[in-house]
Amino acid sequence: MIEVNAVYVLVVREFKKLVREKSRLVSALARPVLWLFLVGGGMSRFVTPGMGINYMQFIFPGIIGMTILFSSIFSSISIIWDKEFGLMKEILVAPVSRFSIVVGKALSGTVVSVIQAAVILMFFPFLGIKLNFPAVLNTILIAVLLSFCISSLGIIISTFYESFESFSVIMNFIVMPMFFLSGAMYPVNRLPAILKILSKLNPLTYGIDALKHSILPNSGMADFSIITDLAVLVIASVVFVLAAGLLFERKK
Amino acid sequence: MAVISVRNLSRKFGDITAVDNVSFDVEEGAIFGFLGPNGAGKTTTINILCTLLLPTSGKASISGYDCASQPSDVRKSIGVVFQDSTLDKDLTAYENLLLHAYLYKLKRAVMKERIHDALHFVGLYDRRNDLVRKFSGGMKRRLEVVRGLLHRPRVLFLDEPTLGLDPQTRANLWEFIVKLPRTQNVTIFMTTHYMEEAEVCNRIAIIDNGKIIVAGSPDELKKTLGGDVVYIRTSDNRRARREIERLFNLDVSERDGEIYFTFARGDACIPGIIKTIGETVQSIRVQRPTLNDVFLKITGKEIREDALSSGDAVKEAVRAYRRRFDRG
Ligand SMILES: Nc1ncnc2c1ncn2[C@@H]1O[C@H](COP(=O)(O)OP(=O)(O)O)[C@@H](O)[C@H]1O
Ligand SMILES: [Mg+2]
Repeated sequence: MIEVNAVYVLVVREFKKLVREKSRLVSALARPVLWLFLVGGGMSRFVTPGMGINYMQFIFPGIIGMTILFSSIFSSISIIWDKEFGLMKEILVAPVSRFSIVVGKALSGTVVSVIQAAVILMFFPFLGIKLNFPAVLNTILIAVLLSFCISSLGIIISTFYESFESFSVIMNFIVMPMFFLSGAMYPVNRLPAILKILSKLNPLTYGIDALKHSILPNSGMADFSIITDLAVLVIASVVFVLAAGLLFERKK
Repeated sequence: MAVISVRNLSRKFGDITAVDNVSFDVEEGAIFGFLGPNGAGKTTTINILCTLLLPTSGKASISGYDCASQPSDVRKSIGVVFQDSTLDKDLTAYENLLLHAYLYKLKRAVMKERIHDALHFVGLYDRRNDLVRKFSGGMKRRLEVVRGLLHRPRVLFLDEPTLGLDPQTRANLWEFIVKLPRTQNVTIFMTTHYMEEAEVCNRIAIIDNGKIIVAGSPDELKKTLGGDVVYIRTSDNRRARREIERLFNLDVSERDGEIYFTFARGDACIPGIIKTIGETVQSIRVQRPTLNDVFLKITGKEIREDALSSGDAVKEAVRAYRRRFDRG
């Protein structure tokens, strides 16, 4: 059902483009860096999360989550534009199953997001965080899982929109709420009940929680067990990618 | 045998009927032209034929495979060049073809050779490692055409292949396209809203507002106009009209100081005219009918460029922008 050649060539294409356009990588990294040092740096004078952790350290896993969120969603909703003016039509008339296309696109988004997340992760020594090699590796593996999950979700979103004018709707009503209700900037367990429920339905919450486990171990900052986090991410990824495959079929 | 067969095909978008009960066949090895103004329903028809869109009603098949229920067989039989370029501009010419080869599962052994042949065929071999972004409009189009042929399809779709190209490049591209059925063993289905471009087709269907209004070979269509139009300027138009009407037993009209009439073979009537009213004739010109005249006669209007919906206007704006700034 999955055509390896098609998935492979889609991922290689994305990787080549990323390497070729380093300026794209730099500008994509500007947002998380600004949030980390400007918002994080500014807030750390007022907020002390406790347990010997400062605010910048607290939001670091959330900033990595943010990097993945934006990069994965952008990569997937570029399909909307691509269908009208880009390579997507060429891919859609090829004798390749729609499911392979979805997997190829989700993995392309994953590659781009993980590379960006890895670059941001390398800021850890400047924040006074100590990570050994296994911890870095675990963090990257969590980033892979989270990126695939969010990229698949992005493909689902892209199938609901026909025109690229919908970009700001997606940003304001899906991406930003997902970010704020993910525990990235503040712990979700102190939110009002209704927001707490929403945050528990947000897959990003579990991704960032898992990142807290690997980046800030034994700090008491995580809300769920790592097993819960990983289970939710795996299940959500499978459900999302299957749903995206179904939705990606021809329109009406 | 018909490679493409379409029966009573319709497609609605809400209230708009983009394709309205259309039927036609395309024979193997032909160049079939789908001709009509902007918004006539050409692209929608192509989208249905190449499995991107389901019809609201009716049937379409390619190589005997149904476009709605057997999409993957149809996809293997066709190559498509869309109205808007679908090349990846951040990849090289070679990489674009390689991507296509992977998507169509070409065997490793033939892949390289075919890509090299294709690049030579369109004279882009020396530019193979350049980013497509740097190519001119004509180079991109040629690259897209050979990309569409790389997997040896039975049918090649070309949607407005010359749109946005300058006249010289358009002429070159046509010269290249008309050779394809023989050299590449492929049937061509193309659309255009430049009527004069359709002269190269074996068969034409003219579509307006979603309906096929007439179909046939370019010559057949032009014959329906009754022949050439002969324009004559004389020093005595009243007498000339009377004499010509008597001579050929037809109606002669006058406009802007020139008399004119329709005649099956315009040049054959000149000797008779010279014999009877030769001393008053100042000029004679014979105009062969064009497909534009056919469209004008049947619909009573020129091919129009207006009447775009707002969504289409946005798309047009993007296209115009790309043509100007990155020669999309
Ligand atoms: N996805 C769509 N949604 C709504 N209307 C559409 C869509 N695609 C095409 N149309 C409408 O269908 C008509 C035919 O369009 P199209 O097939 O693109 O014409 P052409 O290719 O001949 O210029 C137009 O009125 C266009 O606005
Ligand atoms: Mg069109």
